[in-house]
Amino acid sequence: MKLHEIAHSRTGDKGNISNISVIAYDMENYHQIKQSVTAERVKHCFSGIVEGDVVRYELPSIGALNFVMYQALGGGVTRSLALDIHGKSLSSALLDLDIE
Amino acid sequence: MKKIRIGSGAGYAGDRIEPAVELAQKGGLDYLVFECLAERTIAIGQKQKRQNSEKGYNELLEKRMRAVLMNCYQNDIRILTNMGAANPLSAGRAVQRIAKEFGLHSFKVAVVTGDDVLSKLQALDLTLDEARLPISKFDKDIVSSNAYIGVEGLVKALESGANMVIAGRVADPSLFLAPMIHEFGWSLDDWTKMGRGTCIGHLLECAGQITGGYFSDPGVKDVANLARLGFPIAEVDEEGNAIITKVEGSGGTVREATCKEQLLYEIHRPDQYITPDVVADFSQVTFQQMDIDRVAVKGAMGTARTDSLKVSVGYTDGFIGEGEISYAGVNSAVRGQLALDIVKERFAICGFKPLEARYDLIGVNALHGAKHSTENNPYEVRARVAVRCTTREEALTVGDEVETLYTNGPAGGGGVMKSVKEVLAMDSTLIPRDQIQVVVTVLED
Repeated sequence: MKLHEIAHSRTGDKGNISNISVIAYDMENYHQIKQSVTAERVKHCFSGIVEGDVVRYELPSIGALNFVMYQALGGGVTRSLALDIHGKSLSSALLDLDIE
Repeated sequence: MKKIRIGSGAGYAGDRIEPAVELAQKGGLDYLVFECLAERTIAIGQKQKRQNSEKGYNELLEKRMRAVLMNCYQNDIRILTNMGAANPLSAGRAVQRIAKEFGLHSFKVAVVTGDDVLSKLQALDLTLDEARLPISKFDKDIVSSNAYIGVEGLVKALESGANMVIAGRVADPSLFLAPMIHEFGWSLDDWTKMGRGTCIGHLLECAGQITGGYFSDPGVKDVANLARLGFPIAEVDEEGNAIITKVEGSGGTVREATCKEQLLYEIHRPDQYITPDVVADFSQVTFQQMDIDRVAVKGAMGTARTDSLKVSVGYTDGFIGEGEISYAGVNSAVRGQLALDIVKERFAICGFKPLEARYDLIGVNALHGAKHSTENNPYEVRARVAVRCTTREEALTVGDEVETLYTNGPAGGGGVMKSVKEVLAMDSTLIPRDQIQVVVTVLED
């Protein structure tokens, strides 16, 4: 199963830092998402893009995780050569993860 | 219990205009806020102001105000905005001219300044966070240094009775928090209330992003009528609890899922969202769907504000040149790759050594690299070369080299586009709060 089936996601940018939320559609799946989508997996998913650390914050009250990814945006919106300078599309890559 | 209705009329500098008109006409609003100032927008404004001392404010200010001013005035809606950007006083005078043109001679504009701290930055020789250098040792051309100021000036401006409050670099949520403080008489050190109001402001500041924009994923997250997206309204009570809603009949959707996505948008530590007004805590926030397009938000908290303010520092840092060309059909990706290899070799032959270069195949690997792509050859690809370099002349050669692929490159290349832009890079620093003097100017005839 893809993470896309049980969660939705949004990416935000500040300087060279990207954050991605992963939000369970159904609170019942929050635990499973928490077990499966670790900071290490997210770091691996974005190897070659995210150069710094990935830190995960948990928000059980809304069934969500927030991943903060450092050195993630090619130097930041203003100087990045990337097509997607804000990293807006990163959330879609994360939802492509396989979940057991 | 007393309640006020605050609408969000724009989520960025170039946002759609009609949703704000709809809010002004049908939103039953008390306040309409336009948040139009991204981190980099103010640096662009400062550059414009250098060339013309009357410019440097949001380029759509006049167009937006012509569209909403009369409705706001007639419906007793007060406007707050950061569209002043690098030149709030000129922006204020521009709005005054429009009001007069409309025959609104008693329309009062208050301008908040004090965010521009370039001279103080130099006097204090503050150290830049990313460059890790004091200003005196930083050899780039700094074009802007603006502190994120909080609600104080905005509240004072509202107390003056102004119909419209224009600021530059104020923190985005402060634009929404200020009317709550003004209406409910909240104390500026009531950290719970500051946290709650900041949360509401944060939810609203990107306008359509909480009413179904940046959300739709057909078949999974369907949103009706995005071409007519309605912008959000917060119905706030004096305890700082709110209902997020929108004008009935407008496009989009307000549901728990849209609110949750926006709560975490551009948030790092959810329990420590630092603004000039408070250190807000969003970690215990809950949403509850009360009715169609009506979601209750509760549970934000806050602790004491910090002693320093963030300053965004903009500086010029060379140029980016880009060129693109498309290939289609059998072997398209192979021809696209050949095109990229040719341009790379051409740069070497011409002795062009960019500071940084990137070669993408749009449709294959441009967004997230090759590892996320499937192995099927797409029907069409677009080869893209992007380069960061020191001079405009160098940047121009990038698109020119890509263009030569028409007659010198692989078969069937079409649709060349080329561009050059100056890099306005951003850094940041912290300035002691007591160094900032916020000034409110009520414009008189």
